Amino acid sequence: MARTDFVDITAFLPENPRTGLLPFRFARFDQNRYFLSNDVGDYAFLTPTDFEAFVAKKLDPNSAVYFDLRAKNFLSDDRASVHPRILASRYRTKKAFLDGFTKLHIFVVSLRCDHSCPYCQVSRQSEDRHKFDMSVEVAHRGVDLMLSVPSPTVTCEFQGGESLLNFPLLKEIVRYAKERNAALGKTITFVACTNLSTLTNEHLDFFKEHDVQVSTSLDGPAHLHDKNRPLSRASSHALFERSLRMVQEALGHDKVSALMTTTKESLSYPKEIIDEYRRLGLTSMFLRPLNPFGFAVKTSKAIGYDMDRFLQFYKEALDYILALNRQGTYFSESYATIILEKILTPFANGYVDLQSPAGAGLSVVVYNYDGDVYASDESRMLAEMGDTNLKLGNVLKNTYDEIFFGEEMQALAAASCNEALPGCSDCAYQHYCGADPVYNYATQGDLFGHRPTSGYCNRNMTIIKYLISLLHGGDRDIERIFWSWVNRTSKAQVELPEATWL
Amino acid sequence: MALRLRTRAESRSDTPRFTAKLTFEPIADPTRRKDFAFVATGPLSVTELEGYAAIVTTPQENLDQLIASASTVVQVSSLNHFQPGHIVSIEPRSGMILTIFRPESRHNVIFTTERCNSNCLMCSQPPKDVDDNWRFDEHLRLLSLIDEDPQFLCITGGEPTLMGDNLIRLVAEIGSRLPSTNLQMLTNGRTYRDAGYVAKLAAVGHPSFISAIPLYADIAGIHDYIVQSPGAFDQTIEGIYNAADYGLPVEIRVVLHKQSVPRLRQLAEFIYRNFPFAAHVTFMGMEHMGYVKKNWETLWIDPIDYMPALEAAVEILWQRRMNVSIYNLQLCLLPKSLWQVGRKSISDFKNEYIEECGKCSVREHCAGLFTSQVGRYSRHLHSL
Repeated sequence: MARTDFVDITAFLPENPRTGLLPFRFARFDQNRYFLSNDVGDYAFLTPTDFEAFVAKKLDPNSAVYFDLRAKNFLSDDRASVHPRILASRYRTKKAFLDGFTKLHIFVVSLRCDHSCPYCQVSRQSEDRHKFDMSVEVAHRGVDLMLSVPSPTVTCEFQGGESLLNFPLLKEIVRYAKERNAALGKTITFVACTNLSTLTNEHLDFFKEHDVQVSTSLDGPAHLHDKNRPLSRASSHALFERSLRMVQEALGHDKVSALMTTTKESLSYPKEIIDEYRRLGLTSMFLRPLNPFGFAVKTSKAIGYDMDRFLQFYKEALDYILALNRQGTYFSESYATIILEKILTPFANGYVDLQSPAGAGLSVVVYNYDGDVYASDESRMLAEMGDTNLKLGNVLKNTYDEIFFGEEMQALAAASCNEALPGCSDCAYQHYCGADPVYNYATQGDLFGHRPTSGYCNRNMTIIKYLISLLHGGDRDIERIFWSWVNRTSKAQVELPEATWL
Repeated sequence: MALRLRTRAESRSDTPRFTAKLTFEPIADPTRRKDFAFVATGPLSVTELEGYAAIVTTPQENLDQLIASASTVVQVSSLNHFQPGHIVSIEPRSGMILTIFRPESRHNVIFTTERCNSNCLMCSQPPKDVDDNWRFDEHLRLLSLIDEDPQFLCITGGEPTLMGDNLIRLVAEIGSRLPSTNLQMLTNGRTYRDAGYVAKLAAVGHPSFISAIPLYADIAGIHDYIVQSPGAFDQTIEGIYNAADYGLPVEIRVVLHKQSVPRLRQLAEFIYRNFPFAAHVTFMGMEHMGYVKKNWETLWIDPIDYMPALEAAVEILWQRRMNVSIYNLQLCLLPKSLWQVGRKSISDFKNEYIEECGKCSVREHCAGLFTSQVGRYSRHLHSL
């Protein structure tokens, strides 16, 4: 019959459990707080007193701080056996971007370009030199490789040069990929990266028919954009604005996004750049520093700056964006959104430049116009400057296995896990960051790199800490804004709703 | 208004408990009568009674004659709460008539067992350690009598998984007999720790089956105390993951009382971080039944006093785009920000509104109260 001899709570919460620490990393966050994180992204702040008690296993086992640390998998005791199961599930979820192997396949359909941007990471060729166009044979073989990966979803991205200058081949790749995929049934997302200067209705009709998304570049208002992105025959900005309206009209605002590159000139205009994006109906922007590759290296005196200066600019821009959001405008910064997804959600993030293992080769591969295969856009650029050490093979000469599992790829992979990189392995912000052996190689001459002098480390550590300090600065509105970015909805939709029947 | 589902009747038969559908009209074809209990509203003639599972009637002058001609006659003082098409179980020995299925209701349940492997402080249906495996045959009989798929059906108990493989057969049978019915099961999820069992349940392939599993804290000791079972927390967590691994949808349920409220925010975050796949999270006001009266001091907190914690917990889940609901709480207690997630959740047969509710302008959107709650509710209850 009913068992009413209820047992008191003290029997379930004993005074002296055996406590063990679970794997975690930590750093002094500020004067009053330690920051702790673990491999699945759980994190906690502790006062120095609590932190010392925690590591000495002397926390009161029935205190709120002990409970918090236990619920976040920082400590375990003999009252529980379930942590390994939780951590396994969480870890699998966080690393799900690895499922199915390389998903982003970049086709450099031509090196030709009509622009002469000083920061270009690609050795642009003048427009009329067709020997820098990808051949149909190379394109077909690239598509064959793309469709050979296990993943049921792949992204086929067209880059250049200027991808629209070889539009017939772009069309042929879409046609051939769809034909080959009929029997395979993968989901293929097509993205055209283009400066839009030569856009016509013929392009748009094709994009619409085949659901091709558009990724483009906007550096700010006309005076800045045209200085950063010179075009001999006209104002790049004027052509861009005309074409952007056409794309937004024909494909919808959600099918087009823009990247911004920061030059020395840009540093003075954070607000003007953001306002220009808003004026053109764009609701997000990606604040990118100059890449230490390509032309940018050669021209760094004219357009370059050090990373600390960029980070100052980034914070100014982010603060302005946050102020806009507080007033009810939805506008997000893409890099912050990527990092916030890692901090706030239990899910994996597919952004290839901030992953561990690194995206190079494992998440992204580049088929150059001549058939050479690279693990990333940046390693292709190194090859254009004469360093082919990071070339994985050639689509016409090598097999799938030789390209994706060859010596070059294995050398990259060995330096791809920040869990095992010096300076990263014990970093409290490791989980929210990534690894970039190609960046290390290009800037420091070594795939493993040197963290204290790494721009990648400086940039990411600074931005991650800044975002965490904003999240925990006691301002609930910022938390709501950040969630609205992660959810890609307005701040109003993040707030509790009014009853529909009211 | 509470509905009557249990009738004590006079009966003169020794046959074991059986299940039948009520009819108020005589059934012409005698071969079809075995599924029906004929509810006789007027004087009866003995000639037309052959073949029914039972005759339910008010006191009749010719009762002895009726008994001679029909297998089971149940005599009740009033027939008012019986409806044609309702399915009842009749215990002739005790004279008990239980209404076990009402086609028009959204709250039909299949009561699987009185046994449970937990013994929650606030259990509204205290478990009994009895052998009630006989119920399984009654469930199959009930399913054979339902004419049209109800929109919703809930498997409950006790702990349904204690039926073992019979539960898997039951879910399969519901799936094939009532294919368009949304099927929910209230389970503590502890049996799901056995991945082999979950695999068998998933292999049934029921299209809408969802397991509603309670989780009362993010800390094992607190959850285990509330369910009075050491190790239950770990088993439930493993069970939820096993369900997810085999593609069984899970709803997570939190009953609100003095023991579960202190870590409600942390529990909401725990649920999101560890079970973001949960199809639904529900925060439930406590029903004042069963053990609650015995553990009143341990459990009672006026809901108005936990509203800030509840609002924060709901906002955490809403912000994270989880499907979240509040059950069993009145709109006059909820801040307006929570009205949209408040549901009219209380089963029709035990749902009440008090006199104060009569002048309330949002009554039609309000969950109302449990019948059992009347007299013991929040000091803050008022009409709006």
